[in-house]
Amino acid sequence: MKTMKLVDLAKTIRSKNAGTDRITFDIIFREPETYELVKKSGVINRQFVLDLFGIPESRLADFVEFDPGYAIKFTINRLRPSGSFGEGDVFGCQQYPPLYDIEIPVPDDFKR
Amino acid sequence: MAKKKELRIISPNGHLGFAPTKEESFWIGAATKPDYYCADSGSDDIGPVPLGADKCASHYDHQKHDLELMLIASREQNVPMIIGSAGDTGTNSRVDMYIEMIKDLAKKHNLKPFKLCYFYSEVDKTYIHDRMVNGDQIEGLNSRSNLTLEELEATDRIVAVAGVHPFIKCLEMGADVIIGGRSSDVAVFAAPAIYEGFPENLAYYLGKVLECASFCCEPYGAKESVIGTITDEDVKVTAMAPFQRCTIASVAGHAMYERTNPFYEYVAGGCMDMSECVYEQYDEKTCRITNPKFIPIEGPIKVKLEGSGRVGYRYMGMAGIRDPYSIKNIDKLIDWAKSQVVERHPEGGYELSYRIFGKNGVMGDLEPIKETKSHELLVLVEGVSKDKALAEEATLIGTRQIFYARLPEVKGTAGTAAFVLDEVTPISDAYTWTMDHTVAMDNVMDLFPCHEIIIDGTN
Repeated sequence: MKTMKLVDLAKTIRSKNAGTDRITFDIIFREPETYELVKKSGVINRQFVLDLFGIPESRLADFVEFDPGYAIKFTINRLRPSGSFGEGDVFGCQQYPPLYDIEIPVPDDFKR
Repeated sequence: MAKKKELRIISPNGHLGFAPTKEESFWIGAATKPDYYCADSGSDDIGPVPLGADKCASHYDHQKHDLELMLIASREQNVPMIIGSAGDTGTNSRVDMYIEMIKDLAKKHNLKPFKLCYFYSEVDKTYIHDRMVNGDQIEGLNSRSNLTLEELEATDRIVAVAGVHPFIKCLEMGADVIIGGRSSDVAVFAAPAIYEGFPENLAYYLGKVLECASFCCEPYGAKESVIGTITDEDVKVTAMAPFQRCTIASVAGHAMYERTNPFYEYVAGGCMDMSECVYEQYDEKTCRITNPKFIPIEGPIKVKLEGSGRVGYRYMGMAGIRDPYSIKNIDKLIDWAKSQVVERHPEGGYELSYRIFGKNGVMGDLEPIKETKSHELLVLVEGVSKDKALAEEATLIGTRQIFYARLPEVKGTAGTAAFVLDEVTPISDAYTWTMDHTVAMDNVMDLFPCHEIIIDGTN
């Protein structure tokens, strides 16, 4: 087994507001095989998200594996509503980059 | 009205006016003579300032450009045009503004008389207050608790988010053009489909897939038109831009966009369940969807309320930092600047925010990288206060004192900050989302009074 970075496996990695109080993250794959591989690796799960962003469980609003869209999706609560005084990302669209470097174990002969 | 076998709706723009509609794909779509021209023009994405201050986020000319395309094409064909969430926020003043635009455009194009129906969706604070005093709960959405009287008091403006009800009412009134107040995007498209007799299960999904126009296509390209087709059996969605397609992946992927959960979505009147949806590639540019569900709510309809409240006057200052010792001690440096504001104004009455770009300015508390590796930083200082002069002074001290920071080992004793401008600047007043709640309504139309006028562009 070797590992590959999520950025080299996924088609889309993004974050965006989901209403005024939440930011939702989408990790979308082009091929069902890649999606299944990442999903079955079990690397990305609720606890992983909490650790990566350094947040308590109460801030993770949802975590879903969305088979029809070949996607892993999770949503976190903001500390304050979007656009509040002192908030830095009104659309919530620049919170995903830490996901890029997640290492996923893949078979040695795996090619995307 | 004889029921159509299928109904075709064009969606030219996912947020009408926010950036101009791309014309080529719009006219390709218009040439196929869709039955309705529909678009939502709002979002809560833009933050609380526009709703609170009752202004637009979008540019006037872009809004008018997009309305003009839809008005010309729909009047040419004599089919209805439907706009929801007028002017970004859907407040009463934004509805009125869109009506004026339609009048201007009718005159410009010499349009024959047509009926414009419109509805408002602002909610009077006293109405909510009375409901609360009578013991009704204004339930919090997502992780919010139920509304308190203090939160209501801190709210400057409230809009209710309409479902299909006022749109259907306007269609029953014989509308050629509908200008809606704040609306659920989905409702703008679901309403005509339901009005024309198609099943709710499919009609709401049609709305879901059309709400963001070409966001359900690939490759990525916003502001391009798509056409949704509904029958009694299925929904089909087709990309109009020559370079785009609606694929299983792009359409299924859109279901999760901007939503906490990709399977369920609530609107005023019920819940869409997309967990059993079946997606098929129908032709090169078209995806076919079957088996979505809509579960109507039992009892009173819960209508979403959005509220924005003013926090105070707001100023902004910026300081650049290059000294590696200062960068290493940035937190102490900021603490110094804050302490100097406290020294001058120990009574408080202001709030300061520091975002440090090069450290964690974008992500703040969510930033996993704790070690700052940048060789330079930009500190963005925001100050807010109910007192305008205090907001300005606190921001000024809080910015300028970065220059005077007393760090024991700093060698650059002639100033520890670089200023692009040694001044602070007033920016939009600070607002916050005070309400993201629901109110239960026995008669949902009480929130959305509908009106009609005849517009004659020929005289």
